[in-house]
Amino acid sequence: MTEQIKIDFEKTIKNSTFSESDTEFKKGFLDKFIAEGFPNRKLENWKFSDINQIIQKKIGELSFYNDYSLSNKIDTSTFIDGLEHNKIVFINGKVEKIDFIFEDKDQIEINEVSKLKDKLENNNSLIDLNNAFTNKSYKILVKENYSFNKPLIVYHISNNKIKSKNINLRLEFELKQNSSLRLIDFFNDKSEKNFMNIFYNFDLKKDAILKNYKIDKIQNNNIKYSFNNIDQDENSVSETFILSAGSDFLKNEINCNLNGKYSSAFVNGIFSLMNSQQHEVRTTINHLSKNTKSYQLIKSVLGKESKAVYQGKIFVNSTAQKTDGYQLSKAILLDKSSEFNAKPELEIYADDVKCSHGSASGSLDENSIFYLMSRGLSYQQSKELLINGFVLDVIEKITDTEIKDLVKSMIGLKE
Amino acid sequence: MDTREKNIENLKDYKYGFTTDIENIRAPKGLNEDVIKFISNIKKEPKWMLDFRLKAFERFKQLKEPNWQKPKYPKIDYQDLYYYSAPKSMKDKPKSLDELDPKLLETYKKLGIPLQEQARINGIAVDAVFDSVSVATTFKEELTKKGIIFCSMSEAIQKHSELVKKYLGSVIPTTDHFFATLNSAVFTDGSFVYIPEGVKCPMELSTYFRINASETGQFERTLIIADKGSYVSYLEGCTAPMRDENQLHAANVELIALDDAEIKYSTVQNWYPGDENGKGGIYNFVTKRGLCKGKNSKISWTQVETGSAITWKYPSCILKGDNSIGEFYSIAITNNHQKADTGTKMIHLGKNTKSKIISKGISAGFSDMTYRGLVDINSKAKNSSNYTQCDSLLMGNKCGAHTVPYIKNKNFDSNIAHEATTSKISEEQLHYCQQRGLNPEEAVGLIVNGFCKEVLQQLPMEFAVEAQKLVGISLEGSVG
Repeated sequence: MTEQIKIDFEKTIKNSTFSESDTEFKKGFLDKFIAEGFPNRKLENWKFSDINQIIQKKIGELSFYNDYSLSNKIDTSTFIDGLEHNKIVFINGKVEKIDFIFEDKDQIEINEVSKLKDKLENNNSLIDLNNAFTNKSYKILVKENYSFNKPLIVYHISNNKIKSKNINLRLEFELKQNSSLRLIDFFNDKSEKNFMNIFYNFDLKKDAILKNYKIDKIQNNNIKYSFNNIDQDENSVSETFILSAGSDFLKNEINCNLNGKYSSAFVNGIFSLMNSQQHEVRTTINHLSKNTKSYQLIKSVLGKESKAVYQGKIFVNSTAQKTDGYQLSKAILLDKSSEFNAKPELEIYADDVKCSHGSASGSLDENSIFYLMSRGLSYQQSKELLINGFVLDVIEKITDTEIKDLVKSMIGLKE
Repeated sequence: MDTREKNIENLKDYKYGFTTDIENIRAPKGLNEDVIKFISNIKKEPKWMLDFRLKAFERFKQLKEPNWQKPKYPKIDYQDLYYYSAPKSMKDKPKSLDELDPKLLETYKKLGIPLQEQARINGIAVDAVFDSVSVATTFKEELTKKGIIFCSMSEAIQKHSELVKKYLGSVIPTTDHFFATLNSAVFTDGSFVYIPEGVKCPMELSTYFRINASETGQFERTLIIADKGSYVSYLEGCTAPMRDENQLHAANVELIALDDAEIKYSTVQNWYPGDENGKGGIYNFVTKRGLCKGKNSKISWTQVETGSAITWKYPSCILKGDNSIGEFYSIAITNNHQKADTGTKMIHLGKNTKSKIISKGISAGFSDMTYRGLVDINSKAKNSSNYTQCDSLLMGNKCGAHTVPYIKNKNFDSNIAHEATTSKISEEQLHYCQQRGLNPEEAVGLIVNGFCKEVLQQLPMEFAVEAQKLVGISLEGSVG
């Protein structure tokens, strides 16, 4: 791999317009990545899903060079209907369209950034890889007191022109005081056997509100890793919802720093897996200031040969008194070949806190099925009803009604 | 109130911190083949035992010391330790208690362990381990009548070598982790228990461990075998003198329960925890593992961990037999600069296996406490279930309480439920108690005892009273 990645790196640099200092900067990250390689199960955070092995098994040799000189045609039929929205369209990792038609242009700044945030706690080699290879990345700044009129949908589209490629994406968001943004990530892949490595950085100032909905619904054979780093100031709110269902492998990582008092973070997620899919959500919520709050709810429905992993950590600093932290993960195993692993972790250094977690996994309750069948439903219907009820619980946590309805219609849930 | 104050007076300093001035025989300092041969030789062990040790030592040389645990400690120089130390008077083992060195009897009397049989009132059979050797075992005759074997490990190797050969290392093999392998190479003594088929052991069996000599590591090995349909309840207590240095204690405990057998293993661990500045104290790195080998067998671990500078252990159950049950009840209390990383592993292999984990952690002062546990349900372990509850109580904002559970479910017929909470003693509770005339310390004692009750209930009577006192005392000075 080492030789290949160096050649691909040279090629990438040659075909782009990075300044000398940027190139040096990227080179540093490349060396770091080469030294460490892809994360493997020896690392505590990758204990349950060894991405090194998964890439080798499912893709084999990766190529890291992507030709961004050609543009791709945008297929408008892939866009979401019935919801007016702003767009950013990535096709095969290249930004093809940025469209904020519903917003006041003076209130938003979109800048190209090359210097990337390089000091991150909770780092891993995939972020180094991302730093080394991202092409253009954008920073979206929402000015003070401005709230987006319509949601912003980021389309992650890929087509069959790419195979065995590694694609690195990056976006930065800064929400100034009292601003708000609704962001949907929508994945639509027609390609297969690629590794997408996505990194988002959010900076929430005082009173800002971020709602991020990640929807990976369409079946595909790609491997994805997505990392969200969220820094929150006083009284800000972040809400993250993850629908983890489409890709062959997907790991979502949320690292949230509650730096200001009264800030709060919500992470909710659904795994709906089958056919040897393997998905993971790993969250780290760092309570660093007084009166901060976090809430996490993850539910999994696991079919044949699928495997879901939830690793959640609540860290409470000694200064973060009056913290309220909660974590709950539940899983239904539908088949004898399905597997659920959890590691809900608490690390607490303050005494006046309320922190708890719960985790439960098992099969569908036979008594409930019996109850429904005795009222005339078929076995299949009863099962579906129970699973829908189980999952609906998480969807009801979505605070934006428009998007809640969208998600419901996407997974075919009726009221 | 008087007795309580007396207790505090007594225990403000570690009550068991005295040393016994007694002549010792020691192995040469350091860890090498010669030392292992020395240990084996002085204990007049058969060749297979020496081979067992040497095999473990070969493996040990290739192992690296683990460092994933939460409490970090300065590097231990394994060449700077004595691996064998025994009172000189034990060289030719005394045949009866009357021949035992009076100084040793005195020591155990001070610790509240009556070795002379006439002093028995509570009817507990005791095996006393002093540094590296077992000095006395009481009630032998009565037990022998029932066919129960309860003796020191060294004696078992001589007299019951077939049993030892068959089971030693069957749960903790010589190829295990760093500290377990070190123990396999250099273990000196410990207790051996065999309960024959269908026998319910009529009394509590108990071992009392005492570290006395300085610069000595204590490596004892305990092996308990419960044959078909038998039952045994076993207790373990530990103390050590106060010293400025840190002493290593790396014991191995293996339990084997055959069909329909039940083993109950209780520990009250009160090794010297170091002074209030965190100087000195015992490193308690123990490997305890039970194998529910037969059908319908049951192993239950109960531990009250109040001592040691660092406690690092995970008493585990391997539920291999169908319908077998594993239980783990734990109270861990850390104060001052103590650190603990403890919990359990429940590995479900057989069908219809059940496990239950109740863990209560209390941290005060500058201490750090981690619950780390694994529940692993194998794909063949149909219809298994686990329930885990771990609660932590924090006193002050200089200490930490952490929960790291690993949950693996590979079986869709099985259920796992896990709950954990972290909280502090609420102002309301304190206010309520104080209003009714308790002083703040008493109020805390009462609330903490209530918090721990679920676990304390699991202890045998005599131990429960002792443990309850210990719980209150370990937290002295942490309120206010």
